[in-house]
Amino acid sequence: MAELETFYDVIRRQGISRRSFLKFCSLAAASMGLGPAFAPKIAHAMETKPRIPVVWIHGLECTCCSESFIRSAHPLAKDVILSMISLDYDPVIMAAAGDQAEAALEDTITKYKGNYILAVEGNPPLNEDGMFCIVGGKPFVEQLRHAAKDAMAVISWGSCASWGCVQAAAPNPTQATPVHKVITDKPIIKVPGCPPIAEVMTGIVTYLLTFGTLPEMDRQGRPKMFYSQRIHDKCYRRPHFDAGQFVEQWDDEAARKGYCLYKMGCKGPTTYNACSTTRWNEGVSFPIQSGHGCIGCSEDGFWDKGSFYDRLTTIPQFGVESTADTVGLTAAGAAGAAIATHAAISAVKRARAGGTNDKSE
Amino acid sequence: MTVTTPNGFNLDSSGRRVVVDPVTRIEGHLRIEVNVDENNIIRNAVSTGTIWRGLELILKGRDPRDAWAFTQRICGVCTGTHALTSVRAVENALAIDIPDNANSIRNIMQLCLYVHDHIVHFYHLHALDWVDVVSALQADPKATSELAQSISPWPMSSPGYYRDLQTRLKKFVESGQLGPFKNGYWGHPAYKLPPEANLMAVAHYLEALDFQKDLVKIHAIYGGKNPHPNWLVGGVPCAINLDGTGAVGAVNMERLNMVSSIIDRAIAFTEQVYIPDLVAIASFYKGWLHGGGLSSKNLMSYGDIPDRANDYTESSLLLPRGAIINGKLSEIHPVDLEDPEQIQEFVSHSWYKYADEDKGLHPWDGVTDPNYVHGPNLVGTRTDIKAVDEGAKYSWLKAPRWRGHAMEVGPLARYVIGYMQGNAEFKEPVDKLLSALDVPIDALFSTLGRTAARGLECQWAAEKMRYFQDKLMANLKAGDLNTANVGKWEPGTWGKDVKGVGFTEAPRGALGHWVHIKDTKIANYQCVVPTTWNGSPRDKDGNIGAFEASLLDTPMHDPSQPLEILRTIHSFDPCLACSTHVMSPDGETTVVTVR
Repeated sequence: MAELETFYDVIRRQGISRRSFLKFCSLAAASMGLGPAFAPKIAHAMETKPRIPVVWIHGLECTCCSESFIRSAHPLAKDVILSMISLDYDPVIMAAAGDQAEAALEDTITKYKGNYILAVEGNPPLNEDGMFCIVGGKPFVEQLRHAAKDAMAVISWGSCASWGCVQAAAPNPTQATPVHKVITDKPIIKVPGCPPIAEVMTGIVTYLLTFGTLPEMDRQGRPKMFYSQRIHDKCYRRPHFDAGQFVEQWDDEAARKGYCLYKMGCKGPTTYNACSTTRWNEGVSFPIQSGHGCIGCSEDGFWDKGSFYDRLTTIPQFGVESTADTVGLTAAGAAGAAIATHAAISAVKRARAGGTNDKSE
Repeated sequence: MTVTTPNGFNLDSSGRRVVVDPVTRIEGHLRIEVNVDENNIIRNAVSTGTIWRGLELILKGRDPRDAWAFTQRICGVCTGTHALTSVRAVENALAIDIPDNANSIRNIMQLCLYVHDHIVHFYHLHALDWVDVVSALQADPKATSELAQSISPWPMSSPGYYRDLQTRLKKFVESGQLGPFKNGYWGHPAYKLPPEANLMAVAHYLEALDFQKDLVKIHAIYGGKNPHPNWLVGGVPCAINLDGTGAVGAVNMERLNMVSSIIDRAIAFTEQVYIPDLVAIASFYKGWLHGGGLSSKNLMSYGDIPDRANDYTESSLLLPRGAIINGKLSEIHPVDLEDPEQIQEFVSHSWYKYADEDKGLHPWDGVTDPNYVHGPNLVGTRTDIKAVDEGAKYSWLKAPRWRGHAMEVGPLARYVIGYMQGNAEFKEPVDKLLSALDVPIDALFSTLGRTAARGLECQWAAEKMRYFQDKLMANLKAGDLNTANVGKWEPGTWGKDVKGVGFTEAPRGALGHWVHIKDTKIANYQCVVPTTWNGSPRDKDGNIGAFEASLLDTPMHDPSQPLEILRTIHSFDPCLACSTHVMSPDGETTVVTVR
């Protein structure tokens, strides 16, 4: 078990120098629109009152995101929960229930107004006055709006919160609606996937804590560090694709040699995710490595793009490099939430540009 | 006024109403309401499923080969079991046989889920009902070490280990940010463990959290990822290549060794940590034998883990199959999922309507038409419920019944049925546990009995993983590398109008999927899941379900601190996202009739 450290202890252990820590505090002050005088206060807070409160709420979902989160190997889930964040409300693991659970939520919202992270797993259904998902006798969408109101930022865990996922597949009977279409005035980090990779989830949390800013995101609101390239781009079976060596049917000789699964319906060429690089379960494997094509679970509307075994025939600019941004431009165009998010990110970027750690694209 | 239900329970709703919503440390959304009498004894209980997603409707018109991926998303906690049930249903409909290796690999994956799910349930969802985290601060680390070493050879048990842990726990508590332990019921008199046992359990809470992530690497190897590994109609997607060209791109010797090593660790953890903890904790709670409910009356299991590929008869299934009704434990009735008279669902107290709500419908004849209405005794409004009216409709769960009986499903049902069938694999560990605790067999029919059966089953499952991994290796040695049957992969080879049923025993209990395939597409899909059985609302005759029955007659120390309710409901390991049925779009009535 890790030391129950302050945030400062944690980042020191991760190799961040005292000097960098103080610089980070200055940047954090600037990014929050505060003057340089606030930097020492932030530093003091980080050294003494460390763990950032997180409220983790659940709408229509299957809890696979929570299950994935606790699979994290680096950092270990227990270190995140005990040392890095203060998971003040999460019905899946919290000891309290009913009134005591609701009190914990209210306490955090009040006490840490504007300073807690809202993590959303699942999404709100809007049909039937929202009563397809009831929490505390009321529609979940009310809890979502209430918890979002005073949040510093929102993390949309998984494809449910990011896009709608399986319950939003046609005909979307409950009108399950992604978070950014309900919450339009907060920065939202989308972490899609069904579920997202454990280390991607904890990687984003630790990035937020360590650098104090939102990570670079694409126009759809996904962190570029994990979602800017296609599975196909980094797939270890890519040479077989390029050589025209394909699996033609399950368990054939080509399958046993680990040839490309494109003809078996693999959606790797159109799916932006880190599976072929970060891989799953401490890097043990990922779907293609274990013989099944990618089903594209981190993409918007992947349930409604034909069978998982249909060969891709409509890959735009196939073979020509395209970025998540250009794909995202068309998809995100109409969404006000995306614009709001983008604006928030821009503000952070501007703040960061004033510092010295400006990153090139 | 007391009313006696047809299934023999006395209900009295005249006392104070207590509401627990949300019920936490479960999958999904659940609300429990009870009435307590002047002595704070529960005299009425109401279980309301508060989530609805409509996956079965979404499945209509889809390619049946894709159904496993959709249904797998019913639940990310018991991840894989719906997918397995789905491929079995589709294979049953299309008359597809799978290779022996695929059967072994599927069983290993299902058993891996059992071990994972039971460990996470016991340590991370259920333990805090028995273990007082704050009390662990008072423990003597040396005495804790002695306790741990007296019950298990598990090496992480030195005084220094526990002292270190206690120091860190102290710093955590003193930080004032208790995170998930905030507002817990610490100090509640229903906690009975001495501080040392609490400290040991906290250590194992954290060790189990670390171990569970390694356990599921078995899913990653055979299925590519976890949660939500990949499955395949006709077999498994992972090809096997032991020594040929490109073996590094398939399941090879290194991968098989990794599975084998994880299985060894799973056996060691269950034997040396889980079971000793279970016995130690149970020994302090054996005087608290509430929560039996339906468990001594009506129990059911479909059976699972086919020893022989494609043989789903009782002689092949390693987990038992059958039903017990009216408390006649020695009489095990055969269960037939295709018989329209056996499994039926009722909606008189569910937010649906039938043309005739006096009748139940078999899943193949399922009609679903949402009807979100409340009765006249609702307290609050339809979007701000203070107390439901259980005399009317009050849950998003239907009420499944077996030949009209409300049934309890899950590990305890499996163990009691296996025990009564005289199967030594179930009887011997149960007798051993009962004797270690010095309690009679009736003690099984309780909250603690459910929790104990789950632990025993975890150990059974870990050992059976070894059995199937050895069986897989033997078959590979015999030269059979096949993992998929592609003879009926192409839709052109399918019957025009076929139906099938697939079943498993999910960690939480009996799970069935019924599929109707017409013109190569899904015409209808129905799931009846364990939590729908256990969390069922009342039916037209007033029979109460397993959750409701289990809470009755339990004394509460303080109704505003519902620890006793949580303890008993958690013993079922509820999974509410699983309890999913067809939902029709707004304004449109969907009537699904098959045959």
